[in-house]
Order: sequence, then structure tokens, then C-alpha cells
Amino acid sequence: MVSNALAVVRPDDLAAARAQMGFSLAWHIVVACLGVGLPLLTVLVEWRGIRTGDRSYRLLARRWARAMGVLFAVGAVSGTILSFEMGLLWPGLMGRFGQVIGLPFAMEGIAFFVEAIFVGIYLYGWDRLPPRRHVLTGVPIVIAGICSAFFVVSANAWMNQPQGFTLRDGHVVDVQPWAAMFNPATPPETIHMILAAIMVACFFTAAVYAVALLRGRRDRYHRIGFALPCAVGAVVTPFQIVAGDYAARFVAQYQPAKLAAIEGVYHTGSHVPLTVGGIAGNGQLDYGVQIPDGLSLLVGSNPDTVITGLDRVPRNLWPPVTGVHLSFDLMVGVGFFLLALGVWFAAARWWRGVPSRVFLVLGAIAGPAAVVALECGWTVTEEGRQPWVVQGVMSVHDAVNPAPGLMVGLWLVLVVYAGLTVAVVHVMRRLARQTPVPTAPQERDVENYPVT
Amino acid sequence: MLADVCLAAMWIGLSCYGLFAGADFGGGAWDLLAGRDDRQRRQVEHSIGPVWEANHVWLIFVVVLLWTCFPTVFAAVMSTLYIPLTLAALGIIARGSSFAFRKVTEQPGLRRLFGGLFALSSVFTPFFLGTVAGAVASGRVPLGLAAGDPVTSWTGPSSLLGGVLAVLACAYLAAVYLCADAVREGEPEVAAAFRARALATGVATGVVALAGIWILRADAPLLFAGLTGRALPLVVFSAVAGVAEFPLLWLHRYGIARMVAAAAVVAVLWGWGAAQYPTMLEPDVTVGSSAATDSVLAPVLVVLAVGAVILIPSLWWLYSMFSRPAPGTGTGARTE
Repeated sequence: MVSNALAVVRPDDLAAARAQMGFSLAWHIVVACLGVGLPLLTVLVEWRGIRTGDRSYRLLARRWARAMGVLFAVGAVSGTILSFEMGLLWPGLMGRFGQVIGLPFAMEGIAFFVEAIFVGIYLYGWDRLPPRRHVLTGVPIVIAGICSAFFVVSANAWMNQPQGFTLRDGHVVDVQPWAAMFNPATPPETIHMILAAIMVACFFTAAVYAVALLRGRRDRYHRIGFALPCAVGAVVTPFQIVAGDYAARFVAQYQPAKLAAIEGVYHTGSHVPLTVGGIAGNGQLDYGVQIPDGLSLLVGSNPDTVITGLDRVPRNLWPPVTGVHLSFDLMVGVGFFLLALGVWFAAARWWRGVPSRVFLVLGAIAGPAAVVALECGWTVTEEGRQPWVVQGVMSVHDAVNPAPGLMVGLWLVLVVYAGLTVAVVHVMRRLARQTPVPTAPQERDVENYPVT
Repeated sequence: MLADVCLAAMWIGLSCYGLFAGADFGGGAWDLLAGRDDRQRRQVEHSIGPVWEANHVWLIFVVVLLWTCFPTVFAAVMSTLYIPLTLAALGIIARGSSFAFRKVTEQPGLRRLFGGLFALSSVFTPFFLGTVAGAVASGRVPLGLAAGDPVTSWTGPSSLLGGVLAVLACAYLAAVYLCADAVREGEPEVAAAFRARALATGVATGVVALAGIWILRADAPLLFAGLTGRALPLVVFSAVAGVAEFPLLWLHRYGIARMVAAAAVVAVLWGWGAAQYPTMLEPDVTVGSSAATDSVLAPVLVVLAVGAVILIPSLWWLYSMFSRPAPGTGTGARTE
């Protein structure tokens, strides 16, 4: 059956495959998160606009819907590429385990289909539906987007916590796809990711308007554009920190090697300190700030809790410690920064203060920072699992396409994505400013909706 | 048994992709050839704007079903044919994004750039997907990881035939489809232009398909035997439908012409499937031997059934909403 015993995988081809998958996923994940969160914000402002009749809300709804359409299109194609890459780059994984994790992908396909249909109806239906019904057609987009995220991330959770099959003589037998989908990693990973998607969309959108406010455009339109997403983001952030703690406890229990890399724990023992920052090398973490007993307390609520260190993991199965540790610290740092920003925002609202310049500068930083946290979190999940593609079951080396020339594919993909990135940034910048809001050829709704 | 049902579901998905996305690809091809006639270009954009996202999802659907239900076949096809599939994937990126970008861009230079990218990739993408179909149909993809030749597996005569036929079929579908749309939008001149194109591509597709008979006899004897054996009724049906298209177009019966053209294209796809069944990959990989276990196939089919209950009414609503003129406009609205 499927075997690449005959073919020799060249190390640079394996590196190229990993780089290509990593790059296209890192790219897609940002757009996908905006694709989950932005519809929620758009539906919210449109609903507020209908309730209050406020032109600012309605204009925001029009602009965000346009941005949502562009991002949905880009997310759809970059997601399609990923489904191709699963086979082009990792046929060893898919040939053996495709049937085990196919079910959530089939569901994701359907959820994505629902999303695409309602995006079509929502974007082109402003003048064909009465306003209240129009805003309702946005609701399936939000629900389907969250479902898509759940299904896709549950497949990734399976790679971290594989179950629902038996390996007999290298063959996959006794497949239980539901058990594979609802594995122990599914709840912590999916909740953490869905909240992350909403946070990225909120803080990114708020940041765009924070920049405009800083440039002196302090009208009602820009104030709402900043305040509404910032408020939603501020509400979600505390929940995300709780979810992050839940995810970390899961990792401590099920993936001790990943936790050891995250925290830079080289030696097994109790009373393990929590190290913030630091550089890994020579079997220890140097220059970090240590909080005594911190990690043992966090994982087990007791300083006597024993943490498994990398000394219990064979050297060739170590994840890249430095990168994973730094990514984790950066993610947590940004999380607490966003939490503080949310508290400040709530306090300012309470005392009805006008957003100060410092606050707006921090608000403008929050958008890119949220994206950084997202990428770091993803790095922790994926790099922390190395060298496994399926934790403890299959290494990336056994999953990769043994065909020669994957390096060429990597360069092609890099060039195309570079062009795509430039185009997306340009188009989004134009969309943010363009007056009147560009309309599709068949839209004739200027009377009903403000476009200037 | 369950494997056959899954294969049928996959083939339905492939047919939908061929028809709906095929018409989109063809629209892009006509966009490329529209010259200075912006009315044609607007018609293309108008017709595919609201629906293209949904049309595109069929491909993901087929890919996911293939890896879930026939994982070893998926691994073999993707790893051996990674060159044309990578090129098709890049074409999908360029096409999907540039169409969306053009829609929201006002600067003429950028509009031309995005338009050109959209149009060119609309031609390249179906070509490479067609070569993949030709490679599988002519038995050049063996089981195993990258077991076939990365280059000659998809550059054979059958593959090139598949690529050219795919491009022509898309252009043909789009031209026929756009005739009816242009009439409804009150653009008789645009309709006349697309009618001429539909007739021309109809002839071209027919000529290539006839030449294809000889190519397949020499290059893919097993497929040829199937096409002239079990699949013969479908082949004949497709030929008859193709010929019937000419009087229909001539008499401006665009509504029926659309359905007949779709039937002709779908018959070719199902003819291929029938001719090759039950072989998935030559010589001895069959539906039965490559299928996932029933414990996987059964829940997948349940999910598809539940999905269909949600999707079919939604899709129907989408297509019906945008096949009517917008309220308060009436026909000829855009010429006012």
C-alpha cells in the first residue's frame, strides 16, 4: 500500500514543504480570523444602524461589508490552497489518516458552503431585501464561520491528540471518526481559537479607526468605528485568558514535551519556577526572569506538582525550545496587554472621558499585536508538536511528498503570496477611504443606504 | 456499496463544479477576449458576482470527499501530479482574489491589471485541472506516493486533450449562459456577441472532441474501450445534445439552450466515470479496494445528507434571488 520506503526524502525538500505549509497557513489564519470576526461586527453595526437610524452606523456597515467580501474571497482561495497542500505536500499523512480526520473537514466544507451562499446574499442583497431581513441574512455567516473554525481546529486537535483508530502492521483499522473528531484536545483548542478570531477582528478593526482618530478625524463615524469593536474585544479578552489557562493545563496533562518546550523546563521535578523570557541553550534557559514555584502552582495549584522536563524526552524528539518558549511568552504578554487596554477602555467609558492620545496610540498598536499573538499561539501549537505531524504516531518526515523539486513550489508560492499581500493591503486601504463606498454593478441601493 | 454512493456524491460535486465554476472560468476567458467592449465585461461581472464564491466551494467539497473516502487514491494523485495541481492552485489564488479586487478598485490601471490576471488565470486553471483528469483517465497515476513520473504523467496526449477540452467547455458554457443573461438585462447586442461565441466554441469543442476519439484510442485504450462500450449511451447523448444546441441558439431559445449545453457537458463527465468504473487508478486500484472503511463512509454520507437539507434551499434562494432583476429597476435599467 502507501509507502515511501523506496523514495528518499531530501532534507531541503522536507524543509521547503514545512516552510510552504507554515507560510500559507500563517497567511490564511489571519484572513480566516478576520472572516470569522468581521461578519459579527458588521451585523452588529448594521443592526444598530437599523435600530437608531444613525447614518454613521449604516455607513460603517456598508464599509465593513465590503471589506468582509474582499477578505472572504481571499480567505476562500487561500483556504482552497491549503486543502490542495494537504495532498501536494503531505500525501503520506493523508493517504494513511485521511479517512480518520475526513469527517470534520467534510462538515467544514458544508459550513463553508453555507457561509459562501449567505455572503453572496448579504453582500448583493441590500436592495433586494427589507433591512431587518437583510441583517438576518448576516447571522448564518457568523454561525457558519464559527462552525468552520470549530471543525477545522478539531482536525488540528486530532493531530495533537490522535485517537479513534488502531494501527495494525502499519495499516489503519477500526476507525471511529467521531472519537477522532471529539478528542481531548478539541474543547481547549477550539474555544481558544474561536475567541482568538473574534479578538483579532475586533482589535484590528479598532486599530484602523484609532489611526484615523489620531490623525484628527474625530467625527462620530470614526469614534463609533473605534469604540464598538474595542468594546466587543474588551468583553472577549478576559474569557480568552481563562480559555488560555484551560488550554495550557490540557497541554501539561497530555503533551508534556510541548509544555516543557513552552516553559523551557529541562529537568523533571517539583517546585518548578515560571520563567519569563530567556534564551535556551546548553540544556538550560538563560537570562529569563524566574518566578519561584510559579509553573508548579499554575499547573497543579500546588508547589509540589511535578513537571516533566525535556530530560524525559529523547533528544531527537525535542521540539525547538527557544522558538516555542518565546512565542508563548509573546502571546501571553500580548493577551495581558489587551486585557489592560480593555479595562482602561471600560474605565474611560465609565467616567465618560474622551479617549486620550496615549490610549489611541495603544489602541492602534493593539491590532497588529493581536495578530502577533495569534501567530505566536499557532507557532506554539504546531512547532511544539515537532517532529511529529501526528503526535507520537507519524513524523513529518514520513508524511512529506517524496517527489523532487518541492523547493521550486515554495518559491512560487512565496512570490504569489507576496503579490497577494500587496494587493490585499492596497485594496483594503482604498476601501477604508473611498467615497462613495464602491458598489457592485447590480447594487442600486443608494436611496436606502448611505454610501458617502 | 457505501463506497459507490460516496463516489456518486463526489461525481455530483464534480459535475456541479464543472457546470457552475466552469461557467465562471469561461466568463473569465470571455473577459480576456472582450477587447474594448466594456459592456461584455460588465455582463460577465454582473452574472458571476453574487454566485462565484458558492460555485467555487464545489472543488473543496470534491477534494475533501476524495481524501476522506479514497485516501490512498488522493495521496497518489496529489503526490504524482503535484506540478499541474500546484499551477492550478496558484491559478485559483490569482483568479479568485483578482476578481474580488477588481470589483472594488476604481483606478483604471489597476482594474486592467486585476482584470488581466483574472482573465488569464481563468484560462490556465481549467487547463491544468483538465490535464490532471487526462492523466488519471489515461492510467498514468500509479498507487503510492509520487510513484508516477512528475512530468510525463500529465504531459501525455490524453492530458493535453483534457486540458484543451476543459478550457473549451468552460468558454462554451459561459457563452451560452451569458446569452440568456444579456437578454434578460436588455442588452441585445451583447447577447448577439455571446451567441456568435457560443456557436464558434460549440464547433471548436465538437472538432476537438472528435479528434479526441483517435487520441484516446491510441493513448488510453482502456478508457476508449469503456467509452465505446458501457459509456456509449452517455457519449452519444452528449454528441446529440451538442448538435441540438446549434438550432436552439440560432432560434434564440436561450433558456433551453442553457440546459441542453449543461446536459452535454455533464454527460461527458459521467461518461468518463462510467467508462472507467470501477477502476480508480489503472491497472488494479478499484473503488472497493481503495475505499475507507464503512465506519467512516456512513457518517460522511449522513453529514452530506444533513448538509444537503441546509444547502439546497439556501442555494436555491441565492440563485433565484439574483436571476430576477433588482426591485425598482426593470429590464433595460442599466442603459438609462
